[in-house]
Amino acid sequence: MIEEQTTIAVEKDTLLGAVADFYSQGYRLVQICCTALGDVIEINYSFDRDYRFTNLRLTVRPGEEVQSVSIIYWCAFAYENEMKELFGVNIRNIAVDYRGHFYRTAVPTPFVASRKDAGKPADTD
Amino acid sequence: MSFLSMGKNVARNLFEGPATRRYPKEKREYGPGSRGMIGIDIEACIFCGLCSRRCPTGALTVRKDPREWEIDRLRCIFCGYCVEVCPKKCLAMANHYSPGVTVREDAVHMERQAPRPAKEAPPEAKE
Amino acid sequence: MAQRNIIPFGPQHPVLPEPIHLDLVTEDETVVEAVPSIGFVHRGLEKLVEKKDYQDFVYVAERICGICSFMHGMTYCQAVEEIMGIAVPPRALYLRTVWAELSRVHSHLMWLGLAADAFGFESLFMNCWRLREGVLDIIEATTGGRVIFGSCKIGGVRRDIDDDTMKGIVEKLQAMATEIKRSTDVFLDDYSVQHRLKDVGVIDGEEARRLGTVGPVLRASGIAMDARKIGYAAYRDLKFEPVVEKAGDCYARCRVRVREIFQSIDLIAQAARKMPPGETALKVTGAPEGEFFSRVEQPRGEVIYYVKANGTKNLQRFRVRTPTFANLPAMVRMLKGAGLADVPNIILTVDPCISCIER
Repeated sequence: MIEEQTTIAVEKDTLLGAVADFYSQGYRLVQICCTALGDVIEINYSFDRDYRFTNLRLTVRPGEEVQSVSIIYWCAFAYENEMKELFGVNIRNIAVDYRGHFYRTAVPTPFVASRKDAGKPADTD
Repeated sequence: MSFLSMGKNVARNLFEGPATRRYPKEKREYGPGSRGMIGIDIEACIFCGLCSRRCPTGALTVRKDPREWEIDRLRCIFCGYCVEVCPKKCLAMANHYSPGVTVREDAVHMERQAPRPAKEAPPEAKE
Repeated sequence: MAQRNIIPFGPQHPVLPEPIHLDLVTEDETVVEAVPSIGFVHRGLEKLVEKKDYQDFVYVAERICGICSFMHGMTYCQAVEEIMGIAVPPRALYLRTVWAELSRVHSHLMWLGLAADAFGFESLFMNCWRLREGVLDIIEATTGGRVIFGSCKIGGVRRDIDDDTMKGIVEKLQAMATEIKRSTDVFLDDYSVQHRLKDVGVIDGEEARRLGTVGPVLRASGIAMDARKIGYAAYRDLKFEPVVEKAGDCYARCRVRVREIFQSIDLIAQAARKMPPGETALKVTGAPEGEFFSRVEQPRGEVIYYVKANGTKNLQRFRVRTPTFANLPAMVRMLKGAGLADVPNIILTVDPCISCIER
């Protein structure tokens, strides 16, 4: 085991409170990522201090509104714009909002749109 | 202020000649461990298709009926995975890259195994 | 009344090795704001994991970036090995460490050449890249490829380095270290270089940490944060301290990377002395189930891989957050108040790897 990694589940209303706690304790925002799991989307907020890794996990339905954490951690704007464009997570009040022009994809929300064919056998094209 | 701090470097540049190789007059010597183009000993191949299934880019095509093994050299990324998974160890990696081509179709290289005698003598048909 | 202009920087620019677009809002010649725009080399590699078997995917993960390629492969293998609970043999861990540090030496030498070229010091550029050829020859002799190593796999490494070759490598690197020291001393002591790099693009340590900066950019502002201290691969047994500078300007970032080259050469010598004998790989069967966040210190900072598996041959989610992606907000902050001629210097001392940002 390389390191211990703790995951704490949060709800939409407790998210900003937990993030603000981390900010005041001096934690560094490592990354924000999301996973499309069928009918829910799981968002992971990762923090680190003195090489101790903690993770906040928020589960939302597609289309549900999530408050941005970029008012606390300004650097979160890049991750949130990416999540909004690739997965269609509805995040409001992002500090620097690209309004859909961060990546300029041909298909809107490409990472969620074709999850329907995740069950097909792999092809070696 | 040290004027001649790069003096050794300047002297070396003056007397040693260019640091680059005069390609194509001087060809590059590849070491023995370098990864290069894939070659096959077609007589040992059993056409199981493992190499084509494992190839990350899909550069290999194996056809069991006409006993053909084909590689698209421009798709190959020289990773060596096919060499590792081959059960008969008939694939080998040379230490130099494949030569360049001017037409894309020329990069596809196909080998066909000579037809074996029919199944009247099973011990001979197996290697 | 100062005149406001918007100057587009990139994606084609002589100093940028890779395409990124910045809209610089300038007042006369001072940059007031910078808006980054990425997506020119987005290949959707995170989606490709749905189609490829998890063991074959190492080859794709390695090719996310050409410079930090070995460490991408290593982080991926580490993540999957932690999920499956595989104990990698110690010799493989030491070999991975040696190759990772070689990768760091070659990346920093390449960066030094590019940074020197960006503000006109072309002869240092040529010199550094000639020194780098020595490192690439070592890498090709041991792994088979100059840039894409292809030597990491799930369960260990694909090739071995015998002890005589290791000794030869350490001697060659130590001879190279004297040459590198000569070139970098000239670079760092030069009056014009200092004039162009000191007090340019200053970022305070506390602000850098709040912005999520990683790597040499953070260490040049006084914060000692190095992901190698977590203790993955063989770093638990090696003695080293993060290289820290206090000033937070371009000059400090250059100094940090130069000192890291020498630190890496020393780490390779330590690993060569301590390398245990044994096998180099374990056979891996089955499918992973679970999730893990794997962190590794790449030349540009801390990369984090989130891998989630659900018991099938294809992984469910694969997410890469590369260090340059984390340094983007800091880069935007540093550009505020800079002169237009300092923009290439600042961008290159942050050491962007754009193909990493947009995997």
